[in-house]
Amino acid sequence: MKDIINIHPAYSSVMVSLDNEATLGRVTEHLKVVLRDMNYNERPEGRIVEVPVIYGGENGPDMARVSDYTGLDQGEVIKRHSEGEYLVYFIGFSIGFPYFGGMDPSIATPRLDSPRKSVPAGSIGIAGNQTGIYPLSSPGGWNIIGKTDLSIFNVENPKSSVLQMGDRVRFVSVDSGGK
Amino acid sequence: MSITVIKPGLQTTVQDLGRNGFAHFGISASGAADSFSLRIGNLLVGNNESAAALELTILGGIYQFETDAFIALSGSQFDPSIDDKPFPHGQGVFIRKGQILTIGPTLTGARAYLCVRGGVDVPQYLSGKSTHVMSKMGGLNGRPLQKGDTLNIGNLSSVSQPIIIKEKLHVDLSIIRINRGLQSDWFSESTWTKFISKLYTVSDLSSRMGIRLKGNNINSERGNEILTEGIPLGGIQVPGGGDPIISFVEHQTTGGYPKIANVITADLCKVGQLKGGDEFKFELVSIEEGEALRLAQESYIQSLKNRH
Repeated sequence: MKDIINIHPAYSSVMVSLDNEATLGRVTEHLKVVLRDMNYNERPEGRIVEVPVIYGGENGPDMARVSDYTGLDQGEVIKRHSEGEYLVYFIGFSIGFPYFGGMDPSIATPRLDSPRKSVPAGSIGIAGNQTGIYPLSSPGGWNIIGKTDLSIFNVENPKSSVLQMGDRVRFVSVDSGGK
Repeated sequence: MSITVIKPGLQTTVQDLGRNGFAHFGISASGAADSFSLRIGNLLVGNNESAAALELTILGGIYQFETDAFIALSGSQFDPSIDDKPFPHGQGVFIRKGQILTIGPTLTGARAYLCVRGGVDVPQYLSGKSTHVMSKMGGLNGRPLQKGDTLNIGNLSSVSQPIIIKEKLHVDLSIIRINRGLQSDWFSESTWTKFISKLYTVSDLSSRMGIRLKGNNINSERGNEILTEGIPLGGIQVPGGGDPIISFVEHQTTGGYPKIANVITADLCKVGQLKGGDEFKFELVSIEEGEALRLAQESYIQSLKNRH
């Protein structure tokens, strides 16, 4: 519909933003029909995307902090983080940032007291009971426990990005290969 | 066919009407902070209203034209001159090859638009040419202009007759009109009364991402966190500290603070003109009133297009 210029999906809501010439009445009628006719049983399966991660060391500067906070040794943190299957609920907040669900609550760790000025692209972090991947280098306050070489977001063509809404992610622990 | 930046001003960026259609990839539209003024500036030089131009912030900068051009300044009144001769605000003016345009500090609001017949030509990124400063995308190399930058002027084949605006466009920055937000009822009636009856001051920490307000602390009676959901342009979020933030053109696409209200679309142009230290009040209007004001603003712009 030409009145709708942006769609903001989230966990349990979808916000739409409208063109300046749209009228609320017209858009509301349109959306009522869309919601009425939607087949709620027909959900796309989503792909399974394996994300190779080098955990700890210089790639995961906050691994020790997560280990201290949770009382689990690093091997156990890695095990619990990489055993999960994470649903990409939506991409939001900032450019290409995936919101995952499904982290084991036993490795939840509060955000850093003061955010880093720059976190490298591909960094894997924990913030409270969420985990995520920094798609691009940016400031950030998540506990960084590892890093992937996989580029999850295609800046030039977002539609062809590796990670899309509805995909499921598995983190696979790989060694640093002498890096 | 280019313009050389001799001094870039405080924060000068290439802006058009934004990059829509990519919010579900976490990309907010960006675009002119005062899109109403950009559209008018473009019509003054005969461009399509959505052409890219320079958004000037607080201090304009110095620009040398390497070609003859037809230009206009719209938005807030700054202090411009060409080779030391005053330059009129709000109308199209010829500038000759080799001449220097100096734009001093603002005399009124935060932003002005320097529009050039043919538009400012930068590579298209996704659906727009706007600079998104926070994510370092679009515009000229994804950043505000720097000394020594060269800007190309776009194709003159698609331009039309410039318009002339004789009337004074009055904007009252002391009142910003709002609708109730999605979490409006998280705030009690007495909090609402405080919210719309006392003055807010614009913080110096404001940016194109958000206008931070101070001087009238409010708190939700139902906590400071919601399940993350979409944030609209102009959505007024209230974090735990109690100082509201107006989400602006480079806003995050989703967020977890309750939204007490939304600035009506017709008044977003005012938000783009707020600068640190400005004071204003919010005024609550109905959804219907907000829509009528938006459609009236659109018809005014349509009527301008039919003037020549």
